[in-house]
Amino acid sequence: MGARVQEFVEYVQGGSQVEAGDWLPDEYRAKLIKFIEMHGNSELMGVLPEREWILRAPTLQRKLALTAKVQDEVGHAQLIYRVVEDLGKPREQCLEDLLSGRAKFHNVFHYPTRTWGDVGVIAWLVDAAAIISQKALLKCSYAPYARIMKKICWEESFHILHGRDVILAMMLGTPGQRELVQEAVTRWWGPLMQFHGNPIPADEDPMLYWRIKSQGNEEARQQFLDGYVPQILELGLELPDPALRKDPDTGRWLYTEPDWEELRHVVTGHGPRTQERLDLRRRAREESAWVRRAVLAEAA
Amino acid sequence: MIYEVFRQERKGQAFQHAGSFHAPGRDFAETYAREFYGRRAESVALWIVPRDDVVAIEDFADELGRTYHRVDGYSLKGKLREARERAGNA
Repeated sequence: MGARVQEFVEYVQGGSQVEAGDWLPDEYRAKLIKFIEMHGNSELMGVLPEREWILRAPTLQRKLALTAKVQDEVGHAQLIYRVVEDLGKPREQCLEDLLSGRAKFHNVFHYPTRTWGDVGVIAWLVDAAAIISQKALLKCSYAPYARIMKKICWEESFHILHGRDVILAMMLGTPGQRELVQEAVTRWWGPLMQFHGNPIPADEDPMLYWRIKSQGNEEARQQFLDGYVPQILELGLELPDPALRKDPDTGRWLYTEPDWEELRHVVTGHGPRTQERLDLRRRAREESAWVRRAVLAEAA
Repeated sequence: MIYEVFRQERKGQAFQHAGSFHAPGRDFAETYAREFYGRRAESVALWIVPRDDVVAIEDFADELGRTYHRVDGYSLKGKLREARERAGNA
């Protein structure tokens, strides 16, 4: 490692941040692009499962709230792709890599949304898991990313509120409604446990090495379990893992090993809805091409 | 075109850089800025600036060592001690 890279590593490991115009080691830049691009892809693809329920939302208020959430997430994608762009990868290229299946997006957005219960579980628990990852980026060594994360976390907290409200309304409803929530929680538990990734030891995690993240995968999962298992159980819901419990001696959660093979399979383009959603994204891009042409021609 | 956005959170506070976005012109830029940074009443004012119009200065050379512009140009501690001693107030 060159002296300059060494100096850079010490600088970021000491908690300092860098800006877009600063000299960055190639490996750091490449890691940043890959990580942030996947985040942008996830925001963009993440609206599709929820979008399916806009027309089927039970009330006008829910329809508006869900539409606003979708708009927030697309807005996050725009902000995040801008950060990637300033690192050297154009937005068009990001979209192309996403649509051609070369780039990845988060596991939870590859699954179907079967019922309105799923909409509640996504806004409540998927966004809760996401906000834990995103809060660990507020101190990211790359300052432009850390700055937009403040806005993103703030908006995600609205989504969790919306999700809890949806869930509580259903839990206070008929046995059929409670059944829908339970069924959705059961179905989402596996993907939620996989969400933060396999437990890489902190000293082997390149994201921690470069201080892109400030928290390891297992720490994030423990934080999620700490915060949300009690919230789930207090509503009378059950979790489909008989091994799940908090070790009173260590304060750590114990659980059945998540299905890492499923995670790998899903994020490499083989999830139950991966291709369908990518198809939809491609179609939307083609169908809206004339708008981009018209607007850009007028601006030119 | 890329626009940079600065937002003011409350009256009297400094504007802070908020982020940037693509917009094909001023009208779009204004709409996007309102949607991105104003729709939850999180800002009381926004400045939207085409990135190309931002003049950035990042190097501050001081070849002449003009320390009289800076705090480190004035070391009072030793002198103060000496002056107090001379006045019999040490």
